[in-house]
Amino acid sequence: MIRFSNVTMRYPRTGTALQRVTFHIAKGEFAFLTGPSGAGKSTILKLIYMDDQPTEGEVRVSSVSSQGIRARDVARLRRKLGVVFQDFRLLEDRTVEANVAFAMEVTGAAASAIPGKVSKLLTQVGLASKATSYPRELSGGEQQRVAIARALVNDPIVLVADEPTGNLDDRATRGVFQLLREINASGTAVVMATHNLDLIRRSDYRTIEVNRGQIVFDSKERILTPASVFAVKPRREPAPGDSQ
Amino acid sequence: MKLAFRETLTGFRRAPLLSALSVTTIAFSLFAFGLFGLVAVNLRGALKQVEERVEIRAFVAEGTPVEATAALQGDVAAFPEVAHVDMVTPDSALARARRELGEFSDVFDESLLPASIEVRLKDGYRDPATVKAVAARLQTYQFIDDVRYGEEWVQKLYRVKNIATVAGIGLGLAFAAVAVIVISATIRMAVLARGREISIMRLVGATDAFVRAPFLIEGFIKGVLGGSLALVLLYLANSAIDRWFIHTTFFEPGLAWLGVIGGALIGLAGSAFSVGRQLRRV
Repeated sequence: MIRFSNVTMRYPRTGTALQRVTFHIAKGEFAFLTGPSGAGKSTILKLIYMDDQPTEGEVRVSSVSSQGIRARDVARLRRKLGVVFQDFRLLEDRTVEANVAFAMEVTGAAASAIPGKVSKLLTQVGLASKATSYPRELSGGEQQRVAIARALVNDPIVLVADEPTGNLDDRATRGVFQLLREINASGTAVVMATHNLDLIRRSDYRTIEVNRGQIVFDSKERILTPASVFAVKPRREPAPGDSQ
Repeated sequence: MKLAFRETLTGFRRAPLLSALSVTTIAFSLFAFGLFGLVAVNLRGALKQVEERVEIRAFVAEGTPVEATAALQGDVAAFPEVAHVDMVTPDSALARARRELGEFSDVFDESLLPASIEVRLKDGYRDPATVKAVAARLQTYQFIDDVRYGEEWVQKLYRVKNIATVAGIGLGLAFAAVAVIVISATIRMAVLARGREISIMRLVGATDAFVRAPFLIEGFIKGVLGGSLALVLLYLANSAIDRWFIHTTFFEPGLAWLGVIGGALIGLAGSAFSVGRQLRRV
C-alpha cells in the first residue's frame, strides 16, 4: 500500500536526506520508523503524505504515485491519510469537537453527518466529556488524542504519526500508543516515527530503522546492518591485565 | 461556499484588531491616492475651463457685404473642428470694448473696430497644430483681413496641459503602486498570522481553492470597507476644502464607485497573491 522504490531525497540547503530507500508497508500493517535525529524519518513521512516529492525514485501510496502528481491529487490523497505530529497542530481558538469536525468540513462532507461522526470518535479516544473544551484546557496526552481523532475522522487507510509521544510523559505515552494499537487492530495501517526504543522493544510490530538516509534495519525484511542500534554488539573478552 | 464565509467571519472575529488595522491601512492608502485624484480632477476641470476659451478671431475686411459674411459664418460652422461661430459686428465689437475697458471706453470711435467672426473649437481640437490649421484655412478667404488666436498662449496652455497629464499619470501610478504595495503587505500580514491554520487545512486534505476562498472573500470585504471609508474621508476633506478654502468639485458618482471597486480588487488581488505565496511555503 505504501511503496518506496529507490527513493532519493536531496534538499538544496541541507543535502541528501534519503539515499535509494526501498520498502513496502502492507495494508493494515503497523510499522515503527526509528533512527537518530536527522536520519530521515520525517522525510519519509513527508514523502508518504506527499508534502515533498522525491528527487529520484517513486513513492506510491494506495494508487497514487509521486511522479507527476498535481496539487489536487495531493489533497485527495490526504483525505485517505491521517497525520499526527509531536506538536499536535490543533487550532487553538476552536473547541475539541470543532477541531475534529474541521477535518471533515474541508473535505466537503455532508453537514448532517459531521456531529455524529465527531462524537463517535471523541468517545473512541476517551474525550467525549471534553468536546467543548479548548486545546489549551487539555493535557498534552489529551491534545494528542484530539489530533488522533481528527486524523481518523475521514476514515484513513493509513495513520502517519511523527513522534506522537515525543512531548508526552510515560503514562500519556502508553495511552496514546494503546490507542494507536486499537486503531491498527481495526484495519488502519499505522506508520509511527519514534525515538522511543522501549516502546519498540515492548511490542512485536515491524521496525524500520533509518540512519544517514538509509535503511539500516528492517525487522520484516530481515535487514540488519552494523549501523543499527538493534545490531548485537560482540562482547569484548577482557584482556589479561584489564582492571577488574 | 457557506463554510468559506464562515471561515471568513471566523478570521475577522479571531483577529479583530488586525482586521481593523488592515481596513484602516487600505482606507488611508486609498485616501492618499484619492486626494491626488481629487487634485487631478479639479486641475483638469480648471484647465478645461481655460482651454474652452481658446478662440480664433477672423477680422472681416471693411466693406464686405453682410451676405458674404453670413455665408462665411455658415461655411466655417461646417468645419469638422468647429463647435461654434459668432458674428461680431463693428457695433457689438465697440460695445464690448467699451464694456471691457471701463474708464478708457471713450478712446474708441465707431469706425475703428472691424467686424469679425469668433470661432470656438470642439473639445479635442484645441491643440496648437489644429488651431493653427483652422486659422490658416480662415486666412484663405478673400475677405478675411487678419486672423488672430494668441499662438503663444495656445502653445503654453497646451504645454501646461501636457505636463499636467504626464505628471498626473506618473504620480497617479506611483500613488496607486504605493497603495497596492501597502495593501498587499497588510493583507500578507493577516495571511501569515494564519499560516498555521493554512498548513492544517492542507494537511487534512483541503484543496488549494478551498484554502484560498476565505482569504479571497476576506481581502474583498476589507477592500470594500477600506475603499468605502476612504470615500467618506475624501468626501469630508473635499467638503471642508470647498467650504473654507477654494471651490472644488468631487468625483462623479461613477468614478467614486470605481474607487471602491478598485479597493475591493486590490484587496482581492493582494489576498490571492499572499495566499498563493503562503500555499507554496506550507
